[in-house]
Amino acid sequence: MPEKSDLPQGTLDLLILKVVALGQVHGYAIAQRLQQVSRNVVQVPQGSLYPALHRLENRGLLAAEWEETDTGREAKFYRLTRKGRAQLETEAASWQRLTEAVGLVLKLSEGGVE
Amino acid sequence: MNWWQRLLRRRKMEEQLEEELCFHLEQHTNELIAQGHAPDDARRQARLALGGSEQVKEHCRDARGTRWLEDLLQDFRYAVRTLRNQTGFAAITVLILALGIGATTAIFSAVNAILFEALPYPHADRLMMIWEFGSEDSRSYVAFHTYRELAARSCSFNAIAVLKPWQPTLVGPAEPERFDGQFVSASFFHVLGVPPFLGRDFEASDDRFNGPKVVILSNALWKRRFGGDPTIIGRQITLDDNSYTVIGVMPSAFESVLVPSAELWTTLQYDAEHITDVQTKEWGNHLRMIGRLQPGASTDQARRELDTIVHTPVPEFPRPPWASHKQGFIVNSLQDDVTRGVKPALLAVLGAVLLVLVIVCVNVTNLLLARGVRRRGEFALRIALGAGRSRLIRQLLTESLLLAAMGGVAGIAVAQLGVRALMAISPPELPRVGAIAVDGPVFAFGLGITTLIGLVVGLIPALRASRNEPQMGLQESSQRTAGGHRRTRSALVVVEVALALVLLVSSGLLLRSLKRLFAVAPGFDASHLLTMQVQTYGRRFDDDAACNRFFAQALDAVRNVPGVSAAAFTSQLPLSGDADVYGVQFENEDKTRDAEAAFRYGVAPGYFETMGIPLRRGRLFNAEDAAGLPVRPVLINESLAKRKYPGRDPVGRRIRFGGPPNRPWDIIVGVVGDVKQTSLAVSQSDAVYVTTAQWLWADGTQWLVVRTRGDAAALALAVRQAIWSVDKDQPVVRVATMEGLLAASAAERRFALILFEAFALAALVLAAAGIYGVLSGGVAERTREIGVRLALGASRGGILTLVIRQGMTFTGIGIAIGLAGAAVASQAIAAMLFGVSPLDPVTYLSVIVLLAGVSVIACGVPARRASRIDPMSALRQE
Repeated sequence: MPEKSDLPQGTLDLLILKVVALGQVHGYAIAQRLQQVSRNVVQVPQGSLYPALHRLENRGLLAAEWEETDTGREAKFYRLTRKGRAQLETEAASWQRLTEAVGLVLKLSEGGVE
Repeated sequence: MNWWQRLLRRRKMEEQLEEELCFHLEQHTNELIAQGHAPDDARRQARLALGGSEQVKEHCRDARGTRWLEDLLQDFRYAVRTLRNQTGFAAITVLILALGIGATTAIFSAVNAILFEALPYPHADRLMMIWEFGSEDSRSYVAFHTYRELAARSCSFNAIAVLKPWQPTLVGPAEPERFDGQFVSASFFHVLGVPPFLGRDFEASDDRFNGPKVVILSNALWKRRFGGDPTIIGRQITLDDNSYTVIGVMPSAFESVLVPSAELWTTLQYDAEHITDVQTKEWGNHLRMIGRLQPGASTDQARRELDTIVHTPVPEFPRPPWASHKQGFIVNSLQDDVTRGVKPALLAVLGAVLLVLVIVCVNVTNLLLARGVRRRGEFALRIALGAGRSRLIRQLLTESLLLAAMGGVAGIAVAQLGVRALMAISPPELPRVGAIAVDGPVFAFGLGITTLIGLVVGLIPALRASRNEPQMGLQESSQRTAGGHRRTRSALVVVEVALALVLLVSSGLLLRSLKRLFAVAPGFDASHLLTMQVQTYGRRFDDDAACNRFFAQALDAVRNVPGVSAAAFTSQLPLSGDADVYGVQFENEDKTRDAEAAFRYGVAPGYFETMGIPLRRGRLFNAEDAAGLPVRPVLINESLAKRKYPGRDPVGRRIRFGGPPNRPWDIIVGVVGDVKQTSLAVSQSDAVYVTTAQWLWADGTQWLVVRTRGDAAALALAVRQAIWSVDKDQPVVRVATMEGLLAASAAERRFALILFEAFALAALVLAAAGIYGVLSGGVAERTREIGVRLALGASRGGILTLVIRQGMTFTGIGIAIGLAGAAVASQAIAAMLFGVSPLDPVTYLSVIVLLAGVSVIACGVPARRASRIDPMSALRQE
């Protein structure tokens, strides 16, 4: 069983929005892509992926449709709504600001405080 | 998708969720197989990666945001199912709740309509009744010139009006019809703020001395007598031999709160000149005064301003000495004024029914607790399967709310019946009876208490049940946890007993008051006494001699009716609601003192014999006491004689009664017994009797009293026919037996008593049921223990005593607490008590005995059952 990663609160939603922003995609593919793109660092607990997807759909950030996959099987495909895109932009920006700030703090050398 | 769409498409969404997870697992499995895993292993790994599929689904459902509603529906369906399986329990609970909610809602509908709802006039809170101070701070009518002065000088009132009764007769081919109407000043409808819907309102020019005769009709009268004819305006109608022009018709929504029976109004047309002539009716205190405050003006402000006017007389409005208004005026809101008589009774009844409602809640809570004990296994199982505590509480609250809702629906039906019953027993002085209905606010109230009850009665059982230890519940032998349950239930029973005691004591006190009241001697013999009011109508009776002649002839005719043993006329009848009062001046007494007031009875000779009023001294009136004697003989009553002539003989002394101050003295020829005039409870009874013929004028309206040999009511028709044989056009109204009047004078107390008795009975039954329920539940739970005791040699009598002692302990504690509560509650109904102390020991003792007796019976049944337990089978049960 893969080791569980501790995603900071709310990060999973951001990651999902980003992955879905790249194009229509179904749940399993989202899990796969997250894992690949993050070079296996981010291990999405599959059990919490679907509740997150449903929550985002419920909030109107994602829209879902049933479509055929390449193999001809019906699957639920998610895409970003306009509201979702706006949300992604704000959240991504705030994440950027936060990581930069955290990075700055971590770069402080010991005893280097004025 | 809206939440309700999501809710409606629940099944589809469930399918899709299943499908989506299936797809995920399939994909994962396929990939693992592609990586070289065996199919079975791949499937297992995929499953493990996803986690428990049911758990994932639960989380997804939570994410949907409609969870609470789904749970609610589920709880609701479950509650319906469980209740359907326990119809007996459900029926009893709903019945108790329906009675409680129904009674409370019915009482609330009356109290709300009468005391709290605004009167049906625009800005009704600005309407004020203005009274003079009477003796002992009672309210007294005002005089026309006083009204004129206040209307002219007051700034805090927008407008002021006065009114007095008018009973015009319309003669037709059938019996003469007499209407209740009012003489009003032109400003009357302006003050109320309701204009006629047809025609016009009164104008100042209509209300002058000898002005045009105009009349405004009520909507009901217009429809009934004139077929709702819209061309009625301007038509002449004949009332009391005078021709009146109809100038307006009031809207159907107009309610005459001051005089509910009033159907037509005309102008007062008093003489505004000759203000210095103090012997005119314009200076008589006999008008009701109502004013509308200016926007923003307060009652206190108005009162202060009237005080200022009183203390700064102006030359335009000279006042005779008795109209100095030294004390100022009484200013009350119209609503307070019309409800002051019934307010204590209504509030007491509301308090009583709320107590009943609390008892109902306690009882239902106890039933739910008992049911909770039986369902302990079920709750334990649910907790073991992962139900959260809040989830369990929610489910139990749904059940109790469902019960309350059913009780509420049935309760509204009970309330409808209750309102009808309430109106049937309501005292005649209850104002605005027509406004009592189960309407919007009453529905809201019923709904409110229903919800409240649902939560209140559900909460304790829900908290108790959810505190269950699952292991303990699942091991069916649950005696160890039963203790806590029983403690709560016992406490609730104690509360029930205490509240029942409060209600029983209150109704006991009212019952004894009513008995005391009817034991009061009215001062005359009320049995076999028929009474009715005979009125003269028409111009020919403007002549006093004609009027007196008619009454004399009518009396002769009545005395000849078979079955009549005696008959007489009087100007006012005891207990009829009349209050005809005049000033008395005593010879050799300080003249600067305010004149004392006494009831004036203008009577025909034979009145005292007919009524059975005893003669104490001197003589009664006889046929020689006729008009034209130089000195007028009068009779006074006993208490007035005792106060004014202590230890001396009043016969032969002189007083001056009514009329101008320079009138010749009257001579007291006799003293008669006291008579209750206002009501049995009011002892004020100073009275002066004069013969009708010797009074200042001929009374056009008199009361006929008839002593009958048999049933008084049976002679009513014959007596009326006898009067009409003299003159068929004279109205005869307000026919009643004296016994009926006696009962009516106590109607308000009787009204409160009937309701209190009903509520107290309900409380007693519920308390007894509560004791019975707890004890029989206890006996059932302790079957094994009792079996062991019996097996170890305890006597059956001992077991009986054990159970009864336990039950009587609840009763004892409940009575102790209840006594304290009753002592407080009885102070609240003190205003309705008569001749009984709020702490009357007889009442308290009898209630304690009654309650204890009923408790013994309630304990007896389960105690007997306990003593008959067969030890062998009890022990084998485990």
